[in-house]
Amino acid sequence: MKKTDAKLYWELRNDMVRIRRFEEKAGQMYGLRKIGGFCHLYNGQEAVAVGFIGAMDHERDKVLTGYRDHGHALAAGMSPDAIMAELFGKVTGSSRGKGGSMHLFDPGKGFLGGNGIVGAQIPVAVGVAFAQKYRKTGGATAVFFGDGAIHQGAFHEALNLAKIWDLPAVLVCENNQWGMGTNWKRVSAVEDFSLMASAYGVRGERVDGMDVLAVRDAAVRALKDARAGRPVLIEARTYRYKGHSMSDPQKYRTRDEVDEYRKQDPIYLLEEKIKAAGAWDEARAAAQDAAADAMAAGAVAFAESSPEPAPHTIYEDVYAGRPFFMGEPAYAGRN
Amino acid sequence: MAVISYREALNRAMDEEMARDPMVVLMGEEVAQYDGAYKVSRGLLGKYGPERVLDTPITELGFTGLGVGAAIAGVRPVVEWMTHNFALLALDQVVNEAAKLRHMSGGGLSVPIVFRGPNGPAEYLSSQHSQGLASYWAHVPGLKVVAPANPADAYGLLKSAIRDDDPVVVLESEMMYGDKGEVPDGEYLVQIGKASVVRSGSGISLVAFGRPVKYALEAAALLEKRGIDAEVVDLRSLRPLDEETVMASVRKTGRAVVVDESWPAASVGAYVAHRIATVCFDALDAPVGFVSSEDVPMPYNHALELAVQPSADKIVAAVLRALYLEE
Ligand SMILES: Cc1ncc(C[n+]2csc(CCOP(=O)(O)OP(=O)(O)O)c2C)c(N)n1
Ligand SMILES: [Mg+2]
Repeated sequence: MKKTDAKLYWELRNDMVRIRRFEEKAGQMYGLRKIGGFCHLYNGQEAVAVGFIGAMDHERDKVLTGYRDHGHALAAGMSPDAIMAELFGKVTGSSRGKGGSMHLFDPGKGFLGGNGIVGAQIPVAVGVAFAQKYRKTGGATAVFFGDGAIHQGAFHEALNLAKIWDLPAVLVCENNQWGMGTNWKRVSAVEDFSLMASAYGVRGERVDGMDVLAVRDAAVRALKDARAGRPVLIEARTYRYKGHSMSDPQKYRTRDEVDEYRKQDPIYLLEEKIKAAGAWDEARAAAQDAAADAMAAGAVAFAESSPEPAPHTIYEDVYAGRPFFMGEPAYAGRN
Repeated sequence: MAVISYREALNRAMDEEMARDPMVVLMGEEVAQYDGAYKVSRGLLGKYGPERVLDTPITELGFTGLGVGAAIAGVRPVVEWMTHNFALLALDQVVNEAAKLRHMSGGGLSVPIVFRGPNGPAEYLSSQHSQGLASYWAHVPGLKVVAPANPADAYGLLKSAIRDDDPVVVLESEMMYGDKGEVPDGEYLVQIGKASVVRSGSGISLVAFGRPVKYALEAAALLEKRGIDAEVVDLRSLRPLDEETVMASVRKTGRAVVVDESWPAASVGAYVAHRIATVCFDALDAPVGFVSSEDVPMPYNHALELAVQPSADKIVAAVLRALYLEE
């Protein structure tokens, strides 16, 4: 293995470990009721966000995803402190406590959310790609969505639009095999989502979503196509370890099924590759793990010590410029 | 009388109607194998099988439209929307198809379908998952719209909705599924279009529907301590609207506060307040009060999301204004 490869592998490991540790911490904080509502963890799927987003050009490319968004947000370079504070509903959160877990945003990092409506982010992402083409930024947009979302009309309409207008969009279906309690095969007419691309004359590709290097290679190819005006559909076959959200008893699947996929854990798989290449370094791995833990703990400390938003902030962030409202206000502070 | 939850009441209504009429089917996301996202359809798959209890893909427009088609061709579907937030994807099929087919066919078609699921603010869910959307449906001629606020009404209204030959939208509430209440043991139907006076009083009429009926009752209890005797009218049906019951109450008390958890503009609450102001003009001793959601999207932060919604305290304040007792 080349030295540069080793460097990349260690970086990818670090990025995946950071997400894994952040999610473990978020799960704990949910248990302590510091976080409420729907909180969808990304454990098991790290290779998709890290492999794909890591291959993007953060100066000009954009990323959109659904509500299972912590991993993509971190991979896009969002501040863990701002994310955790958002999960805690604090005013220092990335959306000032307005959005919560499902609605992370960081326009400065090209991370455009965080969407709670299944499939809704896909046409929006294609619109972002439209703007990139129209404004000749040279950028491309990647949009992530699930095996459940791919059946929404929004996906099909958006893919057709991307193709007829030659937009720089990559649609990445993270097939984690479950949409809530529904196995993907029960609700899909085809057993290979990449086939759906051919209906729209688009290139489709299936990739092992547990293999961060395979995802990264697919991303490089797809982004090259997209920048040339050829949208791409990628199916990344992956698996979610945790329940759909925090309140899911997971009666629809067996412990064995989860364990089976844990054997192909993306972090473990990458470590095996590093070992096979003779580049393994126990101390380096331990240092990455410790740094990731410190990052997650630091994010919690930041969130914990941050203030709650003031009541009048409900009247903010609704309109550009001077806001206006219908009806009578219940609180002072509304202009 | 059995004391059962709102969730169980809805389940019993569907169970009985499916047993009574083999044309009744239930479809929606997670309704079969998962027993429903909020467990409202628990056990129905086992009882009626996969031909009558169908898990759909996440395709609200598709399966809502499919339901409408089935309804004009002899089936009586109950379509479960996991929440009304997601029903916005199916708005076209409800507004342009379900509500219009009888009319456009000159009376040739019937659309006996029920659309049901939780509506309104939930907890810690931010702007896309926590909003009162009653106004969207209540606006549309051709639809009927009901909003049960307790288990007995949930049971009786859903049964009536399933037997109705027109499309009926049922507004449930995630926050009320666990609420318990008495439901008659025998079969019991609540007529669509009839409000109910859930607390009688002489000082002021509080008019609400859905979950805010609970806030109105809480407010009435607080007001009682101050010697103010509030009557609470639960609309139960938004379309048709039982003006007779509402106006009789307001004529008796001379004052009204309307409560709606939706945004204020173009809402059911605003319409009801307008009707009271027009019809009961002579009987009113004060302008009609209105407590609605603040005119903002729902924030995630818990204190903020509570601040946005109607509450007993906000209703009490509106009552004091209507009684010119404002501190
Ligand atoms: C339009 C819409 N319908 C339903 C839901 C409720 N819901 C949230 S996530 C989900 C399952 C989605 O599964 P998938 O697309 O596979 O994504 P995953 O959760 O596996 O990441 C459903 C049904 C929603 N949020 N939006
Ligand atoms: Mg999935």
